[in-house]
Amino acid sequence: MANGSKQIVDFAKIKATMADPYKHPVQVINGDGKVVDPDTLAKYSDDQLVDFMKKMVWERTLHEQTMNFSRQGRLGFYAPTAGEEASEMGSVTAFKEQDFLLPAYRDLPQMIQHGTTVAKGFLWSKGHVEGNQHENPNMMFPQIIIGAQYVETAGVALGIQKNKDKDRVAFVYTGDGGTSQGDWYEGVNFTSAYQAPAVFFVQNNGWAISVPRKKQTAAETLAQKAVAMGVPSVQVDGMDIVAVHEVSKAARDYAAAGNGPVVIETLTYRYGAHSSAGDDPSRYRTDEETKPWFDADPLIRMRKVLTDKGVWSQDQEDKLVEQYKDEFKDAMKEAEAAPAQKVSDFLKWTYNVPTPAVKKQIAEFEAKESK
Amino acid sequence: MAKMTYIKAITSGLDQVLSDDPKTLIFGEDVGKNGGVFRTTVDLQDKYGEDRVFDTPLAESGILGLAIGLSLTGWRPIPEIQFMGFTFEAMDGIVGQLARDHYRFGGQKNFPVTIRTPFGGGTHTAEMHADNLENYFVSTPGLRVVTPSNPYDAKGLVISAIESDDPVLFMENLKLYRSMKDEVPDDKYTVPLDSAKVVREGTDITLVAYSAEVNEALTAADALAKDNISAEVIDLRSLSPIDTDTIYASIDKTHKVVVIQEAQRMAGVGAVVASDIAEDKIMSLDAPIGRVAAPDSVYPFAQAENDWIPNSDDIEAKAREIFNY
Repeated sequence: MANGSKQIVDFAKIKATMADPYKHPVQVINGDGKVVDPDTLAKYSDDQLVDFMKKMVWERTLHEQTMNFSRQGRLGFYAPTAGEEASEMGSVTAFKEQDFLLPAYRDLPQMIQHGTTVAKGFLWSKGHVEGNQHENPNMMFPQIIIGAQYVETAGVALGIQKNKDKDRVAFVYTGDGGTSQGDWYEGVNFTSAYQAPAVFFVQNNGWAISVPRKKQTAAETLAQKAVAMGVPSVQVDGMDIVAVHEVSKAARDYAAAGNGPVVIETLTYRYGAHSSAGDDPSRYRTDEETKPWFDADPLIRMRKVLTDKGVWSQDQEDKLVEQYKDEFKDAMKEAEAAPAQKVSDFLKWTYNVPTPAVKKQIAEFEAKESK
Repeated sequence: MAKMTYIKAITSGLDQVLSDDPKTLIFGEDVGKNGGVFRTTVDLQDKYGEDRVFDTPLAESGILGLAIGLSLTGWRPIPEIQFMGFTFEAMDGIVGQLARDHYRFGGQKNFPVTIRTPFGGGTHTAEMHADNLENYFVSTPGLRVVTPSNPYDAKGLVISAIESDDPVLFMENLKLYRSMKDEVPDDKYTVPLDSAKVVREGTDITLVAYSAEVNEALTAADALAKDNISAEVIDLRSLSPIDTDTIYASIDKTHKVVVIQEAQRMAGVGAVVASDIAEDKIMSLDAPIGRVAAPDSVYPFAQAENDWIPNSDDIEAKAREIFNY
């Protein structure tokens, strides 16, 4: 050996540099509401930017109203979305009606944007089958088993490819914790192996219930995990709706053109609890930790940009909030008027052709239900 | 009509559905160019192209994800899980997702997936290859579970499974793949998904079995016949649902029954059959319900398989005990 001290491979250097391509998350408007990429912003008309703002106000109001309904005992499971408006609205608006959405449980707002109603969202939360039946058929129900939506996305994307559908992709969401699941890798890897059209979102909101992002993996970014599967990926400021939208649109174009999948990590934050069912974030995080994220609020920074442009006012926003609240109250009334569910129907949907035992049970329950 | 092995009959059925329905897709580990590790899908990729018959990366949960997603986009998937022991890696896909999805949509979407998977002891495989795991799946609402005991049923059942709009787990017995030949029609025919079959008529005692144990039961019936004990042998064919009508009709005739399975005795198919009989037919019985099953240990190390798997001697002994009760 010519040089005993020199190792054949420098693992420390490899480790120190593997996140280099992800050093600068894509950003158009920074946390202070300052435009850092004016060229990209200039691609958007004032109307488009106002529409982004409206959608974020809509989502924030939906969240607040949903929490109210929850406290009144009028809903079941609900996963709070406050803080993730730019990530959710910026991404879903980059997709077309024919694209196939595979949501997780924190993605009701994207589902409503993609073609279902607020009332259906409430019905899903309450535990009613109509909450899974959407106007736009290009949608799965919210996945509860974290990661399962990722492997199913591989199948949808492959199906789209085999159908030779033009201008159509699958898109899917999970959180930072979701990237630890084996299904996460299998889903991205299968899609990559077949070079099928899909966009995989990781909404990194910092927390998997109580476990912080840094405890999920030693990888510096979640986006870089895609590299191992031969998939291009990006980190984007998930509190910046313009950046999220721009990146999502680029990803959709890339996938739809037949180049294979893309992984997008949005850096966002879960302001509230994991769910409305008893999680208490004060057990595992401090106000000091959360404050910078509240300061980086996606609505605050967009409000500033639009106000500077003279196309937005507090008065306008207050009116919108009231209008949305009324719509959500109507939606709750609609949800509450849904017909009672019947066990005989559950049995009928268990098989296309009921088995003899199920047939018997249908008859038994129908007899009970007719009383 | 040609003499065909069990495995050739399955291949013939797959060939038939690929030819009939352009939306059918076969995929799994090694099913493409290699034709499967047992050659069940041999030549099908050459005949139907890589678009219809294709290899997957090595990950069973991913294979089930593909099946569900392909169903959502209008395809009729026929995934293979290379050995039944590997279904544990796809448990969420099969039990948590696929079996429930039609129900979750309130019947609006179909998931016409047929999962083919080999199982069954007696061929000295490596660990986790031969276990009878049907007991995990027969307790899953929404999933049909079928397993043929002979080449004729193998072809007819695989075609019915694939044509069904319900998800079906199609269990192929490893030991039977090449150990028996039958007359199998070249043309298309189906065997109903939810019906048992009387494979040998008799009047003194009913032997209910499935898969390889049907042949053991038939051997036992031959031995019993020498002592003028006439055994009726029923092949369940479908493990979920169970065709109780066929079993009950036989018990009304024989008044005695033995329920046989290769799987461990605990819980499972035989227990369900015995409990159904006890609930509905106890007044027709002249003796307790007999059971033959493997002992409740983990599946044995391969060298000791033959000491562990219930065979025709075990069945014959139990049948004599019940007959002479």
